[in-house]
Amino acid sequence: MTAIIIFVGFVVFLFWLSYFIGKKTKTESGFFVAGGQIHWFINGIALTGGYLSAASFLGICGMIAFKGFDGFLYSIGFLSGWVVALFVVAEPMRRLGKYTFADALESRFKSRTIHLAAGISTLVISMCYLVPQMVGAGVLIEPLLGIPYHWGVILVGLVVIVIVASARMSSTTYVQFIKAGMLITFSSLLVGAVLMRGVDTMPENVNVRGEFADRPLLRTMPFDIEKMMDENFYEAGFDIVESFGEWVLVQEHSADNKSWWKLETGSGNDISFLRETQNITRTSKGDFFVNGAPADRDNILYAMGRISQFGERTGHSGTKGPVGPLRFLSILADPGTLFEIPVISTVNHQDSEVTLFYHKTVPGNVMMRPGGHFNITGRSRWGRLNFISLMLALFFGTAALPHVLIRYYTVKDATAARRSTVVAIGSIGLFYILTLFLGLGAVANGVLNPLSDNMSAPLLARSFGEVLFAIVTALAFATVLGTVSGLIVAASGAVSNDLMDKFFRRKMVGTTKVIAAKTTAITVGILSVILGILFRGVNVGFLVGLAFAVAASANFPAIIMVLFWKHTTSKGIIASILVGTFTSMGIILMGPEMFEIYGYSKADAWIPLGQPAIIAMPLSFITLIVVSLITKKVEKTGEPLSPLANV
Amino acid sequence: MNERSNSGKVVADEAVLFKQRLGIVLCVIYAFAYTGFVVISVYDVTLMDTVMPFGLNLAAFYGLGLIVFALFLAMIYSIACTTKEISVARNSKKTEDGGLK
Repeated sequence: MTAIIIFVGFVVFLFWLSYFIGKKTKTESGFFVAGGQIHWFINGIALTGGYLSAASFLGICGMIAFKGFDGFLYSIGFLSGWVVALFVVAEPMRRLGKYTFADALESRFKSRTIHLAAGISTLVISMCYLVPQMVGAGVLIEPLLGIPYHWGVILVGLVVIVIVASARMSSTTYVQFIKAGMLITFSSLLVGAVLMRGVDTMPENVNVRGEFADRPLLRTMPFDIEKMMDENFYEAGFDIVESFGEWVLVQEHSADNKSWWKLETGSGNDISFLRETQNITRTSKGDFFVNGAPADRDNILYAMGRISQFGERTGHSGTKGPVGPLRFLSILADPGTLFEIPVISTVNHQDSEVTLFYHKTVPGNVMMRPGGHFNITGRSRWGRLNFISLMLALFFGTAALPHVLIRYYTVKDATAARRSTVVAIGSIGLFYILTLFLGLGAVANGVLNPLSDNMSAPLLARSFGEVLFAIVTALAFATVLGTVSGLIVAASGAVSNDLMDKFFRRKMVGTTKVIAAKTTAITVGILSVILGILFRGVNVGFLVGLAFAVAASANFPAIIMVLFWKHTTSKGIIASILVGTFTSMGIILMGPEMFEIYGYSKADAWIPLGQPAIIAMPLSFITLIVVSLITKKVEKTGEPLSPLANV
Repeated sequence: MNERSNSGKVVADEAVLFKQRLGIVLCVIYAFAYTGFVVISVYDVTLMDTVMPFGLNLAAFYGLGLIVFALFLAMIYSIACTTKEISVARNSKKTEDGGLK
């Protein structure tokens, strides 16, 4: 109940803030860029608020908890992208157009078609970024209010549409300023609490809502290869009901309860130990059972994850107690430290589909190094390419995101824009460092929901009490609101400025343009709600990474070349944006990760590469150069936007 | 390169040029550091297990270092640009004063 009261209070506060500040500006520039009168420090923190999306808070923490250091790669990449944004793009872009990326291009080229291309890319990137925010919202609201996932997504969609359509950029700037400040403050408090508690091998038993659950941790038992399998189980208190492959269905001597166990092999092919699982069974009639009993509000899965052993190198006693931040990381990276990470398998048993959840043991040094998720150590060529491609997308994508660029215009001059970005790098960097501790803290405290990694950080907060959980959940919700509202404003600008006004030449005065923008806001909001429902269960950090890949492929080449290459032509820009957009989207839609989402095997994917930037970004650059060279004789290229282009 | 000109605009352009050159240099420096992290990860990921100061492994040391390094470079950039802008504004004022005499 505490969580619901704080949550509702927060939403009401945001509505009030949007209404109060929104009343002050009535003009078109007020809607889009707050009249350029936002103070640079506030703008810098607001940049942080707009940038720290559900992906950062829910997705990255969850990915770190489940995939270790590979999740932190997103933190490093998301932050590193700001270096490109600040050092190369921020100030020249600020000296240019009015509201959008396309306006900046137009200041060099007077081309209607550029607005069409830029409008399309902005819409596509905004949608790619919006979907994971909606997924995050649904995941968050489901346990908080006890309502189904899709209602959570719809609720967030409605709130954001009302905020954006009724208020202005000015309001979203202040909403994001407050949200970012509170998010960093409470994340720091949560990390402080994790470090004060320390780490041991016996976290509290909780279910996937974070409520106390009276049940032992999932057990492991040694397997005596001198004895038959049924003897091994009998001595442990079980009778074998059935076994096939690596799975054994057993019944306890003392109860009717049946459970599934996994046979784990050691370094040879011999069975070395037995691992207990928990399961969800769906019968052919469509009934669901959790761990043998009918699924209902009280019978849900237990939370998973823990550290089962601490290494000797760091000399950790294995008991709870305060530990410093660097020592915390050192203990967890010890090769002798063993993480227990949730894994899912599905088997068909009789007429039912059984989804089994069990732990996989991962040594600390493997957990705390990059590449495991990409199978780099397995010498996978596509894994390496995916890894490099992701790092490219994160590095170059930030500067090309539409909702980041638009904030360069909300301060009065280029100097203020630069200062804003420095403030943003400082606060975003601090937050991303915290994500490492939050993700690792979640697995060490055994609060992982094996069905959705996105809830790791809020469930970690719940292990410290209802109040902290309530505040963190409300902040995560505000994170979604802030990011979604910023994205919808960017998408609205793209439609009303680039498509309606500049491309279709529907001459609109300020008020009409605002109406067009609000209509777009509602349309984009509804579309993102529908897609958010369809993408349930996918890690939001991964989805946002794809938005970065599209931005790096579609917009980044155009931005860089228009700034620094004097032979760039409008046709080159248009071709580059369209090639980058459609190539990156094509690779994503035909890649292994999306095939898994469609319900097929990754191996069935038409393209073995899931991350598109390594192909789409160079292709976009090449297209721009070739088309510009071909068309430069018939087209006036205009003045390059950077004086360096002429040096 | 713009010293031969005494117009205020060219002096302002000098600041723009300085900031953009500095930005590109700093970006290239950072890109090298970032690339180093990617190269180690791809070609010898076990190197990331190396124990560094404070007991951190190389992955955490390098990863956290990249975040701190970005902030460090951003501050250098900001301070250098502000200093240059003040200097250019001062020169511009002197130029205008000289012109009035």
